[in-house]
Amino acid sequence: MHAETQKAGNDSWAGDYNVSGLQIVAPRHYGRWLAAFAIIAILLFIVKAFADGQIAWKVVGQFFTATAILNGLVNTIIMTVCAMVLGIVLGVVFAIMVMSPNPVLKGVAVFYIWFFRGTPLILQLLLWFNLALVFPRLGIPDVFSIRTVEVITPFVATLLGMGINQGAYTAEVVRSGILSVDSGQTEAAAAIGMTRLTALRRIVMPQAMRVIIPPVGNEVISMVKLTSIASVIQYSEILRNAQTIYYANNYVIEMLFVAAIWYLAVVTVLSIGQHFLERHFAKGHRKPDDVQKAEAAA
Amino acid sequence: MSRPMLIARDVRKDFGSFTALQGVSLDIHGGEVLCIIGPSGSGKSTFLRCLNQLERLDGGGIWIDGEMIGYRREGDKLYPLPDKDVARQRLATGMVFQRFNLFQHMTALENIIEGPVTVQKRKKAEAIDEAMVLLERVGLADKRDAYPSQLSGGQQQRVAIARALAMKPKLMLFDEPTSALDPELVGEVLQVMRGLAQSGMTMIVVTHELGFAREVAHRVVFMDRGAIVEAGSPQQVLGNPQQARTRDFIAAVLN
Repeated sequence: MHAETQKAGNDSWAGDYNVSGLQIVAPRHYGRWLAAFAIIAILLFIVKAFADGQIAWKVVGQFFTATAILNGLVNTIIMTVCAMVLGIVLGVVFAIMVMSPNPVLKGVAVFYIWFFRGTPLILQLLLWFNLALVFPRLGIPDVFSIRTVEVITPFVATLLGMGINQGAYTAEVVRSGILSVDSGQTEAAAAIGMTRLTALRRIVMPQAMRVIIPPVGNEVISMVKLTSIASVIQYSEILRNAQTIYYANNYVIEMLFVAAIWYLAVVTVLSIGQHFLERHFAKGHRKPDDVQKAEAAA
Repeated sequence: MSRPMLIARDVRKDFGSFTALQGVSLDIHGGEVLCIIGPSGSGKSTFLRCLNQLERLDGGGIWIDGEMIGYRREGDKLYPLPDKDVARQRLATGMVFQRFNLFQHMTALENIIEGPVTVQKRKKAEAIDEAMVLLERVGLADKRDAYPSQLSGGQQQRVAIARALAMKPKLMLFDEPTSALDPELVGEVLQVMRGLAQSGMTMIVVTHELGFAREVAHRVVFMDRGAIVEAGSPQQVLGNPQQARTRDFIAAVLN
């Protein structure tokens, strides 16, 4: 081998194949520079347009932390949390019902999903809010009853409308998550003496979470913004309070900007939370190179 | 002779129009190691799954230590047992699957203590001590905190054996435990099973490893088309098969 290399070195063509002193030059990305210049130019144009436009930026700053806006923000967050909790609880219950061998439970769940996915949310909100037109009083006859309008406040109507509607969607997400778990996991759980429900709780659901969380995270974000629809039934969330203010002071765009910035802020925080939640439930499902790194470290 | 630990009588199972088991009868005594061999589709895995009620019978009956499994008998009528009783009966048997089926979101140790802690409601510290003894026994004490995805097939199967043993079953069922393994990993799993057999555990092993059957089994059963064709000592069934189908199968496996 060694002798052969030496011999090749003496031949006249061999010099072209000498690799010592060669240098790899990084490729030049002309396209990236071009794109960057174009984007910067467009951004400058937009910024200038807004700077020259009829927007009172001072008003945006002034109302950014106005009491009405902050109250609206709190109401938006409370509604998102409550409706989502209700939605997830209903979603899990109905997903299990849909997959149940019991035909009655299955039928009820299929109907629920069909009805609440099949009608517009705003319509459902109006139905709940106007429940008093059908049932003037709620309760058990002769034992206890209360006027419907006292129970179905804008908050309760929004919670019921959003939570029950969300449950119908979440049920399908949960069902797909449960289906994503290999049937061998359920069999192994059964083999160590777990009942169907224990296996679901201890073995199947924790693994289904990996599939369930990204779409549910998506729906939480969606819910933050959907709460604005509740302004039609007088629930005082950010958008409705912003509108109330601009009816009075006429700074329409400014107040809409205030609301937009708050929505973006809430959604950003939620996205970060989702990232950490996904990481928690990826337990045991690390990427192959992570495993290699772990082995190399050990 | 004393009553067998497991009695199966005329076990039948259909999948739609396909008859997977057409009347299988078998007795197994405590401490016995039984290997079931046969071509794929012969019903040997289905029979094993019937024994721990992963499949419901379409006919016949199975008794473990005198208790009929899956049904409550009143006169000539059989009433299916509720989920809770089926789960309790499954504690008598430990099952090892072809594809390991370790819980993917739990470490090796968590897989083993899950049954004792969640199902048998035993103290966690105690369960961990016992699990470590079992991990030691299958040679994986250093892998206690590894997730299944970080273990080789052979290591996963050994953890799966430890998980089944942690429930202290009377009877261990192995469903082709080495069929999904790379050839070089088969030996380590068989080694663990050999040790288990030597310790006196009652075992039913569905396998294609004729060498293991010859060496470890007290009795070999050859199944084909949902029925037992031939049964006897390993020397008899593997060395001097009486039925043409058994001979053909053994010749096919050995070549």
